[in-house]
Amino acid sequence: MAQSLQFEHKWDYAPAPEKIPVQIDDRYGLFINGRFIEPASDKWADSINPATEQSLFKFAVADQSDVETAVAAARKALPGWSGLPAQERAKYLFRIARRIQERSRELAILESMDGGKPIKESRDIDLPEAAKHFFYHAGWADKLDYAFPGRKAGPVGVCGQIIPWNFPLLMAAWKIAPALACGNTVVLKPAETTSLTALRLAEIFQEVELPPGVVNIVTGAGQTGSALATADINKLAFTGSTQVGKLLARQLAGTGKRLTLELGGKSPHIIFDDASIDQAVEGIISGIYFNQGHVCCAGSRLFVQESIMSEVLAKLDIRLASLRVGDPLDKNTDLGAINSRQQLDKINEYRKIGVEEGASLHQPSTSELPDKGYWSQPCYFADVQPAHRLARDEIFGPVLAVMSFRTPEEALSRANNTPFGLAAGIWTDKGSKIFDIAAKLKAGVVWCNTYNQFDASSPFGGFRESGFGREGGRQGLRAYLELS
Amino acid sequence: MRTVTVDRVMIEARAASFTRRSIKEAAKLQGLCMALSMTDLTTLEGKDSRERISALCRKARQPAADMPDLPQVAAVCVYPNHVALACELLAGTGIHIASVATAFPSGQSPLELRLEEVRQVVADGADEVDMVINRGAFLAGDYPTVQGEIEAIKQACGDAHLKVILETGELETFDKIRLASDLAIEAGGDFIKTSTGKIQPAATIPVTLVMLEAIRDHFLATGKRVGMKPAGGISKAKTALHYLVMVKETLGDDWLTPDLFRFGASSLVNDIVRQVRWKRTGNYTANYDVSIG
Amino acid sequence: MAGRLRVLKTYKLYINGDFPRSESGRTSKVLGSDGKLLAHVCKASRKDLRDAVSAAHSGLSGWAARTAYNRGQVLYRMAEMLEGKSAEFSDILSTTISGGRRRAEREVGRAIERLVCFAGWSDKYSQVLGCNNPVAGPFYNFTVPEPTGVIGIVAPDEQPLLGLVSLIAPVLCAGNSVVAIGSDQHPLATAVMGEVCATSDVPAGVINLLTGDRQELAGILADHREVQGIHAAGVDTDTRIALEAGAGENMKRVTVRNITGKGWYDDRDCHSPYWIEPFIEYKTIWHPSAC
Repeated sequence: MAQSLQFEHKWDYAPAPEKIPVQIDDRYGLFINGRFIEPASDKWADSINPATEQSLFKFAVADQSDVETAVAAARKALPGWSGLPAQERAKYLFRIARRIQERSRELAILESMDGGKPIKESRDIDLPEAAKHFFYHAGWADKLDYAFPGRKAGPVGVCGQIIPWNFPLLMAAWKIAPALACGNTVVLKPAETTSLTALRLAEIFQEVELPPGVVNIVTGAGQTGSALATADINKLAFTGSTQVGKLLARQLAGTGKRLTLELGGKSPHIIFDDASIDQAVEGIISGIYFNQGHVCCAGSRLFVQESIMSEVLAKLDIRLASLRVGDPLDKNTDLGAINSRQQLDKINEYRKIGVEEGASLHQPSTSELPDKGYWSQPCYFADVQPAHRLARDEIFGPVLAVMSFRTPEEALSRANNTPFGLAAGIWTDKGSKIFDIAAKLKAGVVWCNTYNQFDASSPFGGFRESGFGREGGRQGLRAYLELS
Repeated sequence: MRTVTVDRVMIEARAASFTRRSIKEAAKLQGLCMALSMTDLTTLEGKDSRERISALCRKARQPAADMPDLPQVAAVCVYPNHVALACELLAGTGIHIASVATAFPSGQSPLELRLEEVRQVVADGADEVDMVINRGAFLAGDYPTVQGEIEAIKQACGDAHLKVILETGELETFDKIRLASDLAIEAGGDFIKTSTGKIQPAATIPVTLVMLEAIRDHFLATGKRVGMKPAGGISKAKTALHYLVMVKETLGDDWLTPDLFRFGASSLVNDIVRQVRWKRTGNYTANYDVSIG
Repeated sequence: MAGRLRVLKTYKLYINGDFPRSESGRTSKVLGSDGKLLAHVCKASRKDLRDAVSAAHSGLSGWAARTAYNRGQVLYRMAEMLEGKSAEFSDILSTTISGGRRRAEREVGRAIERLVCFAGWSDKYSQVLGCNNPVAGPFYNFTVPEPTGVIGIVAPDEQPLLGLVSLIAPVLCAGNSVVAIGSDQHPLATAVMGEVCATSDVPAGVINLLTGDRQELAGILADHREVQGIHAAGVDTDTRIALEAGAGENMKRVTVRNITGKGWYDDRDCHSPYWIEPFIEYKTIWHPSAC
């Protein structure tokens, strides 16, 4: 394929920034017992807009005593909340869902400013899905006894929840909605680079008159999280790195606290020669470049059947050339800013490692990157060997490792050659092959002829070192219930 | 020729992504003018009259009297009976004369009659021929017949450009639309075109994307550029911009020319005029402010 | 009996369908409640445990790939073989545990019931635990349980047969393979259970049974990266912490049951699919639905 296409010069899109004004306070305290309060620590930190490197606001850094105050508030609210008639509990969740929908435009902008993701993604995915999680779980509140036949379902108690920076509001919804539906109370710790939308969600809790203490939000970094894990909670739910997940598992051993972990991944994406190739290429694109690749289930290892490798790479080049990297608030931006300086450094380090290991870097995007901010051009590495670090480590950025295979057996053994097991993708037009491969992949979510689809009703979570427990669907409730 | 399959859900998702592009300011104005210059202004009614053809041709030359700087359309598209008149009215303007031949819209005539019709419209002055494929043969799986007919019609066209109408609304699945696109391109069509406008659904963004991908694959394999014409149901300026976004992001900027992309439309021109006028004056236009064309 | 010297049996380990002695050569004495020597059992070493885990690993894929119906048949066959050996088990249990013959018979009987129960569950639990998910999009979406992998079992000292069988049966029924550490106070039930497995169509490697120092072996199990889950009961606090901390090694799924005495006879609890659930992985599959 010597031909190439070009995507500029004749008709270029004008800037299309989202212009709705949003209000951000100079600083946000901790949300405890229904009110925003000053932290006992009296420590504050800056939240940086990764597209400008400017401080967006200051958040409180909760120390152990702040965390204990929050946990005590949740403990105090527990009998009242779990004792509410279930249908009343449901109606609070419905109210929250509605307010998220009504304020979604504002929240989407805030999400993009605080975290760097393109506005089209926060607008079309994060916000609608966050609302949906509350709607979906609201309806479960009074039906829990039907979810686990033969058992009476009751709450676990006070739940500590620690969430990552890649989907700040959506992860808050994933965690809070099922916990509340099941009658638990919550202390949530958002990631230190992205706590804004969780704090704005707290405003929504106030608006809908959620009883004080039912949800408490403590901001801060790893130490705050560690304080939460060791506080007087009944359950810890953590989404984040496998490394931290393992530490938490050790920390909680023998404490009787329940634990669910949604950790990292290095998900394989397998393209067979009988696939619909143009759509498979779309799947590859959304699989690895969605949210700048800051996705735990990103399809970061691509396995292409040898006979179609050149065609797939040619089309990947074309598609990458048309991707638009830049201002997260521009409605036409496909890839926004990398979430933090630290993450950008990590991505750049892996790009360097990739080249040093002998893989070949392809980076066809022609977008001009802004002077300020943290940016990474979407890229892929060809000629990657399974032993390369590019093929083994989670990078959490727009970096794809491409490898080939000849037979389904080879594809499977390579795909499963990882300690992770979060997700996988398969592209083939043959139904029987789909079922065979899907059954043999060690992954909690298998996307066949699609990728990166999510739904509140669909359980999400990993095999192996990608964690345990599921989020979403009937199975996701299990983590927040005691069965008797 | 390899049979290419199309996954409907994924291609529809990709198609929808084009409609979420935000085209503003100068890019919008440029896009609207581009769309105008790519329009095959069409009338294909049993009741078409000399007067109607005249009005259409006037509109083709000058879409809005108060904005003489707007580009003229690419072509007018009429039934064979009106080709001579249209040629007369548009002589020297550079506007192409397209005619639907081959027993449009059903194509249900003997091949010899269809070929004769093509020769006739070309003789009458049409420099573009919009043919329909033999859907009966296609759906029956008789692809050699379909391809052979297109080749024969291409030959009958002589120098006239051939647009091959697949009538995608009758082919139904994207796999079949892709197959028909590949056949039509292989058989020598200069353009492939979605619809006659007589069958619903007519042009849609996903269907057009399927066809654009066929064009792209042909280009990547051979270096030859085939044109695309969605037709039927495209009446809003905003929709036209979505199509242009799709063309740009699928085939690149080289396809953003009337030589390689056309809209088969009638009321689209007036909506573009309204939009441009609004952009320029800040006022919304009433229906009676634009002329019937 | 006087005048004839009994042949003293040394019970061996059960690994990969064979009955090896411990590679360490270590054995321990088993005494009856009357203090008389009954037999010797092998004392499994770290290496025996490692061999058992690799056997379980090689047995896993074949077992998981069997039809659920077939796994049910094998479990039922185990129940049949256990029934056939019920007198021997009752002898062993009543000789080594206070409570007499009636108690022992009751334990053996319930162990058989448990196998029968999970034989029946094997082709049903996925219907109870799995489901279709009504996603808001043009997708067919469903969730199915799949086996977790190699599961380490740490059986309790009390109810050494019933406890062992109760911990193994739900794990096995879901297509996992097993490395079980039996009671060290009452190891004979575990040892004879190997003979049941060997004669009841359980493929080699699917069940591996070890006797020895329970606490020491449990610690090794907890840290083994090729063990994907732990099902334990009757362990002390330190062992519990060690087992749960194993999750920090390779994200093992660890279930330590606080079940004692009559609890083992509570069928509402022990026969429920919620005993299977900790040892399955939910896999959710998406496919577009459109032509």
